[in-house]
Amino acid sequence: MIEVQDVYFRYPTGVEALKGVSLTIQDGEFVAIMGENGAGKTTLVKHFNGLLKPTKGKVLVNGVETTKVSVATLARTVGFVFQNPDHQLFSETVEEEIAFALKNFGFSQEVIEKRVEWALNLLGLTQYRKTSPFMLSGGERKRVALASVLAWDPKILILDEPTIGQDYQQKEKLRQFILQMKAQGKTVVIVTHDVEFVAECNPRVVLMRGGKIVADGEARKILTDPEILEQASIVPPQIAQIFINLSDLGFPKNVIDVYEAGEILLKAFKGRQRA
Amino acid sequence: MSFFDGLRFRKVSSPVHKLDPRIKFVYACVIFVVAILFWELLPLIVLFLMQIPFVIVAGVKREWARSMRGAAFLASVIFFVNFIFSFISAGYVVTPSALEHALAMTLRFIVLVESFSIFFLTTSPDHLGLALEQSHVPYEFCFAFTTAVRFVPVLAEEAQTIMDAQKARGLELEKGNFLKRVRNYIPILIPLIVSAIRRSLELAEAMESRAWGATKKRTNLYVLKLRRGDYVFTLITIGILAAAVLVRIYFRIPRLEEILMGAI
Repeated sequence: MIEVQDVYFRYPTGVEALKGVSLTIQDGEFVAIMGENGAGKTTLVKHFNGLLKPTKGKVLVNGVETTKVSVATLARTVGFVFQNPDHQLFSETVEEEIAFALKNFGFSQEVIEKRVEWALNLLGLTQYRKTSPFMLSGGERKRVALASVLAWDPKILILDEPTIGQDYQQKEKLRQFILQMKAQGKTVVIVTHDVEFVAECNPRVVLMRGGKIVADGEARKILTDPEILEQASIVPPQIAQIFINLSDLGFPKNVIDVYEAGEILLKAFKGRQRA
Repeated sequence: MSFFDGLRFRKVSSPVHKLDPRIKFVYACVIFVVAILFWELLPLIVLFLMQIPFVIVAGVKREWARSMRGAAFLASVIFFVNFIFSFISAGYVVTPSALEHALAMTLRFIVLVESFSIFFLTTSPDHLGLALEQSHVPYEFCFAFTTAVRFVPVLAEEAQTIMDAQKARGLELEKGNFLKRVRNYIPILIPLIVSAIRRSLELAEAMESRAWGATKKRTNLYVLKLRRGDYVFTLITIGILAAAVLVRIYFRIPRLEEILMGAI
């Protein structure tokens, strides 16, 4: 469980990035943090594994205050995948890249081999195990970065902009993968601008603006509220836009899922045919 | 890192920012020369205080204070070295004049840092490049120079992000003996170097696609021109230099110690 209690954060440059944020994320929750550029999303999640410590207020991870333990200790439970994989890849082979964190955490050689095998398999990277990560494409590098964090099986997973530079198929795989993590009882937090991706995943949405949380709730409620979204400079997902425009015909406003939308429309058309 | 912050340009508008960078550079050099001319404490104090109005007019007090703090370590080293030398040469006794001499040497260093810090804090990299170019330095060198200056903060930020990313994977930089600690930096240096190289290749492509070097004779959107303020500032600069030289040649500068004794 992550508890953020009235946190303020000011960068050394004097920019106040968080201005009184309070948030509780339960175990097994799937949360999407959204908001315009510079809203403080990445600053907030960097508090979850202690990379940043609050200037005022407290952050507790499983009841432990982040100021009391090192990042390395917290990282064991909180896996953080950065936006740009090029900021972390350095090994000669994909295999070694994945093993890096496992060595840092002091796993035994046997366990490391097993975990690396498992992570390679999970993200479809087995064929690249002996390849240099620098030779891979952008999307593949992103998967290597993800695999290198998943390998130690953290209880809480934070993904910063996981969908950037991924084609639709990879996004769908990512979605399946997140749902699978959720089914295993893991906590998943994503930071993203991708409304369509969030609409398909239907997580809890936390909307930020100017260092504060402006809305918090179910995706279908928040992503269909044009007023709140406009505050955070977000355009509603396409399905929601269609249904907002159709609301005068008696359609429900709060639809974001493609399949649900299809069913509602189908039912309506069938009703009309009969009439 | 904080020392570099003190040299980093921040875009604000002030009379000092508007001055021609060439004149400002000449001013910084004149202060440099004047500081070398004097080894007594009194004129150096005057020199130090004289530049504070510039800092206030330019509105860079915070950045300036930061660069002063950055220089504090080196300044204290200079103070102790000077003090210990005069302590030993005076026959292991602490004399007021030895103390004053050490202080003067330290202040001389601080004045140098101060004047160049004002120069860099109030001159944008673009203006600096422009000044170089209009002083007939080949454009390739000007471009390389401004690019280098501009990429320093970008690189510093990137290094910070990489450090965060590796810490999030359990890397502990402060762990182990000396050799191990040096090795700990490999996961930070490799991504940093790779991305710097990648960035430079991208920059080269971007430059070529924008017809870099298409014409031999380049024209500039902005042309540096001396204005009235620049002439006034030039006169002030010449005045400072002339006054300093005159004082040096014709006056005996009293030691602070003597003035203080006289007052009592």
